[in-house]
Amino acid sequence: MATRIKDLPAEEVVLSGNGACASCPSTLALRSVGKALGPNAIMLLTPSCTVASMGVTPQMAFTYPAMNICFATAGSSAAGVVYALEAQAMKGRLQGEMPTVFTWIGDGGTYDIGFQALSAAAERNDNFIFFCYNNEAYSNTGVQRSGATPAYAVTTTTPGGKTENKKNMPLLMLDHRIPYMATASVAYPADLYDKVVKAKGIKGFKYIEIFAPCYPGWKFESKDMVKLARLAVRSGINLLWEAENGYITHLSGPTKALVETGAAPRGLEEYLEAQGRFRHVMTSEKKEAFLQGVEAGVREEMELLKGRMRI
Amino acid sequence: MEAERLMKAERQGQDGGEVTDERLLKTGCHAAALAVRSARVDVVAAYPITPQSSVVETISAMVEEGDLECRFLPVEGEHSALAACAGAIAAGARVFTATASQGLLYMHEVLHMVGGGRLPMVMANVNRAVFPPWALLVDHQDSLSQRDTGWLQIYVASVQEIYNAILQGFYITQEAQLPVMVNFDGFILSHCASGVMVPAQEVVDAFLPPYEPLWKLDPAAPSSFANVTATEYYGKHRAMLQRAQQEAKPIFKEAAARYRDHTGMWDGDVLDLYRTEDAEVFVISMGSMAAEVKLGVDDLRSRGIKAGAVRIRVYRPFPAEDLVQVLPDGSTAVVLERNYSFGMNSGILAVELKSALYGQKNVCIHDRVMGIGGEDLTWRYMARVVEDAITGKEATPWQPE
Ligand SMILES: Cc1ncc(C[n+]2csc(CCOP(=O)(O)OP(=O)(O)O)c2C)c(N)n1
Ligand SMILES: [Mg+2]
Repeated sequence: MATRIKDLPAEEVVLSGNGACASCPSTLALRSVGKALGPNAIMLLTPSCTVASMGVTPQMAFTYPAMNICFATAGSSAAGVVYALEAQAMKGRLQGEMPTVFTWIGDGGTYDIGFQALSAAAERNDNFIFFCYNNEAYSNTGVQRSGATPAYAVTTTTPGGKTENKKNMPLLMLDHRIPYMATASVAYPADLYDKVVKAKGIKGFKYIEIFAPCYPGWKFESKDMVKLARLAVRSGINLLWEAENGYITHLSGPTKALVETGAAPRGLEEYLEAQGRFRHVMTSEKKEAFLQGVEAGVREEMELLKGRMRI
Repeated sequence: MEAERLMKAERQGQDGGEVTDERLLKTGCHAAALAVRSARVDVVAAYPITPQSSVVETISAMVEEGDLECRFLPVEGEHSALAACAGAIAAGARVFTATASQGLLYMHEVLHMVGGGRLPMVMANVNRAVFPPWALLVDHQDSLSQRDTGWLQIYVASVQEIYNAILQGFYITQEAQLPVMVNFDGFILSHCASGVMVPAQEVVDAFLPPYEPLWKLDPAAPSSFANVTATEYYGKHRAMLQRAQQEAKPIFKEAAARYRDHTGMWDGDVLDLYRTEDAEVFVISMGSMAAEVKLGVDDLRSRGIKAGAVRIRVYRPFPAEDLVQVLPDGSTAVVLERNYSFGMNSGILAVELKSALYGQKNVCIHDRVMGIGGEDLTWRYMARVVEDAITGKEATPWQPE
């Protein structure tokens, strides 16, 4: 039985007074994640909006022990923490339930500079959860392009719109055949919660990617953050699935109907229209071709998923 | 292992009881692994590179065979190796890694993190020339170019000293709360087998208490590590790092003395001195060449030149006061060194020696860069270069012997 939003635990790991933007999707998602992880966890962070907003020493906005690490090293730093806990348990210096080790990393620290260490940790099947909150740009440093930035999006390093497609990180992780991985959305907190609870109970490497619309980065109104995240799911831009050992085992939310019944994706135009980063194309004669291209991409992605399903 | 055991040596231990040390014939890389075993290290994260690879291989074999109770983390590169070490230290473990040359350079960002973050650990760096062009043999450019990362640096001169310095390093890193880099010369020390005395485990345990972290990532007592900080605090952190380096000097001396008391072995503390009491010409160097040059000193003395050898064993913190003590006014120092300070028309060591002696002692300093990329430095050659220097001649060019 899927958890309902009103049943989520009341505990908060993100404290008020932190420096995040109003309606920051990463911070909101972290609240749901914390509810699922509980207090016995260790957090690692790479330079990102999260680090810029977590408070200035000696204050901190999270209730977890939190280690700041070098940008490229989420996979390896977390592995080091895990191995140290395992070594101490092996030698009898650490008793009781082992803390859950998790990384909280942007798309830059996941798709790009951190990809090598992430891939290696997945290959070694190290026992931690790698969270990627995907805001499709280097938001912290002023919204530059990343490997997760979709084609046509304007960023500060793609002022004319990005000319390349984003890389398909979830499928890359799927091909690491890790014990568990999931895609999630900040607009579906109960679904995210259930996925984190599941990941927490599985030994080995877990990857959870959370779609996170960033209003200053994507240029939309901050009040629309959850709405945009929801539109991303309904339109098939952000497909919600879980996978175990290289096969997709579960679809959730609107993704289920989209993939299983071939229902038409809804709200794609509204989703793209709301974002200033696509305005240059949405207000040009290329608009129709752009919309068709994005929709074709969504359908192709769903076909790809079907080939990897064992539901 | 059994076949290579030369002998067991019984002797009186620290507390008067009988202890049994082992005498083995081992390469420098193997000696490093033996020290890791003796120190009961919890986590080793490392990546292979010539001439270090057999350190990593030996440690993984020890772990596999149950000879060393440790988690070995086979990372995908050196940047990750040191990052994993940092994570492991923060989680409360005693940690070791080993690298060389490009691997050390690749770690640069994380060297600053571990040094600046005051994360206690020991790394063995097997000195090797840096790219380009590719070269496999020894010089000291790799580790000297990491000088200002906040790490303590030791340069050793024998296979036995590799073992000794790594064990001392674990003691020092704990006391100083600064990471320790033990540097040894590629191939000359890493690959040549030599006698190694491995003290009985109870002797090592008495020298090196179990690791007690001052803090760690602990959900029961959450804290943040290296989070954003205000400028006024940042400056204080850096000043504390500077002070900690200075305060580490007596810890090196204490570690060397303690180690001698427990094991009977002595390699010098921050300096290793040879025939310096009445010397007029001081030959100053680091690493294995500094052991070889002792023979050159004997040779120079036999020809009436009152030479002595000063091996800089601890390079960071720089033993400035000790050098001021050793070198008398009016004496001559000849620095022989395996590195360049590009743009300074000198080696790095000579620059530092001049800075240490400036306004303190009136010493005539000659600098000779040599042994780059593994040029074999015999005592004969080094004695000739010293003689050239003090008689005002151009240095005799190096040639393979
Ligand atoms: C090695 C290194 N290169 C560059 C930076 C500068 N930097 C800090 S955060 C960041 C972008 C982070 O992007 P992402 O991981 O997507 O997180 P977000 O800012 O979007 O939250 C960059 C480039 C750095 N800290 N370290
Ligand atoms: Mg980002």
